[in-house]
Amino acid sequence: MNRSTTNWLIAIALLLAFSIWIDASKEISLINPFNISGDPLFSRNVETKLGLDLRGGLQTLLEADLPEGSTIASGDLETTRQILEKRANALGVSEVLMQTAGDRRIVAEFPGVNRPEDVISSLQQTGLLEFVDTGDTRPAEGSIIQTDYATGSAPLPTPTPSTDGTAAQPETVYHTIMTGKELVSDKIRISQASISGNYNIDFTLTDAGTKIFGDHTTANVNKVLTITLDKRVISAPSINGPITSGTGQITGRFTAATANDLAAKLKYGSLPIPIKVVESRTVGATLGEESVRKSLMAGAIGLAVVIVFMLLYYRLPGFIATLALISYAILSLALFKLVPIVLTLPGIAGFILSIGMAVDANILIFERLKEELRAGRNLRQAIDLGWSRAWPSIRDSNTSTLITCGILYIFGNTFGASMVKGFSINLFFGVIISLFTAIIVTRTFLHTLLDNLKSVEHPRWFGL
Amino acid sequence: MNIIKNRYLYFLISLLVIIPGIVFLIINWMNLKSPLPLAIDFTGGSLLEVQFAGKLPSADSVRTTFIEIAPDSAPVVQPLGTDSYIIRSKRIEDATKGQIVTQLEKQSGDQINVLTFSSVSPSVGAEVTRAAGIAIFLAAIAMLLYISFAFRGVEHAFRYGTAAVLAMLHDVFVVLGVEAMLAYFLGWEADALFLTALLTVIGFSVHDSIVVFDRVRENSHVYRRIPYETLVNHSIIQTLDRSINTQLTVLFTLFSLALFGGDSIRHFVIILLVGIFSGTYSSIFNAAPILVVWENREWRNWFRRESQLEA
Repeated sequence: MNRSTTNWLIAIALLLAFSIWIDASKEISLINPFNISGDPLFSRNVETKLGLDLRGGLQTLLEADLPEGSTIASGDLETTRQILEKRANALGVSEVLMQTAGDRRIVAEFPGVNRPEDVISSLQQTGLLEFVDTGDTRPAEGSIIQTDYATGSAPLPTPTPSTDGTAAQPETVYHTIMTGKELVSDKIRISQASISGNYNIDFTLTDAGTKIFGDHTTANVNKVLTITLDKRVISAPSINGPITSGTGQITGRFTAATANDLAAKLKYGSLPIPIKVVESRTVGATLGEESVRKSLMAGAIGLAVVIVFMLLYYRLPGFIATLALISYAILSLALFKLVPIVLTLPGIAGFILSIGMAVDANILIFERLKEELRAGRNLRQAIDLGWSRAWPSIRDSNTSTLITCGILYIFGNTFGASMVKGFSINLFFGVIISLFTAIIVTRTFLHTLLDNLKSVEHPRWFGL
Repeated sequence: MNIIKNRYLYFLISLLVIIPGIVFLIINWMNLKSPLPLAIDFTGGSLLEVQFAGKLPSADSVRTTFIEIAPDSAPVVQPLGTDSYIIRSKRIEDATKGQIVTQLEKQSGDQINVLTFSSVSPSVGAEVTRAAGIAIFLAAIAMLLYISFAFRGVEHAFRYGTAAVLAMLHDVFVVLGVEAMLAYFLGWEADALFLTALLTVIGFSVHDSIVVFDRVRENSHVYRRIPYETLVNHSIIQTLDRSINTQLTVLFTLFSLALFGGDSIRHFVIILLVGIFSGTYSSIFNAAPILVVWENREWRNWFRRESQLEA
């Protein structure tokens, strides 16, 4: 056996062993040999990540709810994303994934949520909490009032004289004395009122907030201090006396869930830009499970048929190609788990399709090999020529598939179309790995076999 | 076997598939103002699939409930299997969907399982449609450039690129035509996955053409004396085993996916099957023969006979 074949064989064996280790484990780690009980040198979670179409969940595309063409500072979108992510985590949805897409959109994925509409409505609220001085008026709970906060330099709406002579009632604009910004975020708690059973939100104010609140409550005893969220009235208590301690409580008709929701919004602040949902997709968990089961079975059957075909048609090289194909499956799965690449249904289809591609490179080589054998070359020459002559067409043809994958990826990424993206990523990696297994792995195995078995020189072994 | 000699026969076979496809594209255009019925991915709107645990209510009653809660949504209710409905409508919000499901649950007195729900705003749909056009156009240009580059050492590299792109357009039209027929007879809609399948077919079409061209490239260095037609034919025959075998393995995997892979991706897989089959056909029977047609400048003869008759 020559040196380079031996080296490749060892390298492939190590790579396969490493991949099988990843494939078989949920977490991999390297223990520090000098400190066995201490932290491992390296540790990584390698669980298979399933996409929402396979495990069920909600995917939404959120867009800045601002007029077309208005520019959004890039920092604002990122801040919005972070706030939304924290809010969603606080809602108890695990493994939330949020990414900005383009300059005015955010893709958000929530695996396994039961009531997607609740999540969406919670995210959509800007979460602007205001303490509004409504003087002697006590607005009804749930009604919407106008405040002077964030109107900026825009002129306040002026009452327009109505045509029938009666003066139109101008909508009162109340003064906002303070917003949710003055709440100390890590001191927001919810508690349950003992009598009504309703939940309350307890808060602590910043120093500046304490001053504003203290001054206002001192000067306005017996007036109404209305608390609004996104301009909607939550509660409108009267000021019974000066509050200078810097702590307070928001009461209202809160359940545990709604109190938690509001607390999350207050903790993580209001959104710098309003957002709207432009796309949402929900997949139920049952459909997902069924898809996983069916596509795995389809993959296994497809692989088996390909293997039978290769064995029947190409004999010995077919057997080697089968080994290469199994190596391909092992390596791909390990790569998917290691990167990690999220598996989606079209992604699995892309992967299964690339099995066909993996075989294509081998077929190109074997057909070339047979031609060279027919032309009267000895086996060793035929193998070397088969590989070197098949290479340009394998290289050029696969490049065209890779270019398509690139275009698909960009397309999928721009629109948060995770299905399209998943397909292109899996096909891309499938092609790369298949080139490795079809060319290097097959060749090394074939050489190894030839070196150790004399009888394989017979042309029948090669399907001639 | 002489494939090149019968090249016009093979061109004719291609036309026999493509022309009916174009007819159906036109029929769809007249019916729908769009060559293919487009899914909500492109048009915007909502799609809801609900499975009833208890007794399945009538489609009409589901429609009535839907309209009660979302008056302007224009829902179309279709049965799906024995226990489910698929409801297409104008775009409704998630909250509205929640109300509809709750109401339906109340009426049927049993649990309802939301299999899938998608809601796409028309503006996003329009953007996706535009981007889809750009993606297909980009793919075609990228392939033309790439092949011209890969065959830069060969005489007339641009011809190879053009021939591959023509074969690719052939496959695009076969896929569009088949989709148009399926849309007409089975009511299939073109969605984002259809587009993915189409783009993949483009990639594979060129993949196949390159394998044949690569042989022509190689043989043109080896056999300098033989006529171009013979050279191209020889190259096709040499790669024929590979073309058929690769085709078979891809078909095995795709058939397995189509048969056992579940409903969600069947449409996608069938379009891939059609496209990849067409890709292999066009690489053998269209792309390579086009090289010969070009080499001989045969288009000068296409209309000559008539003019001679007149003279």
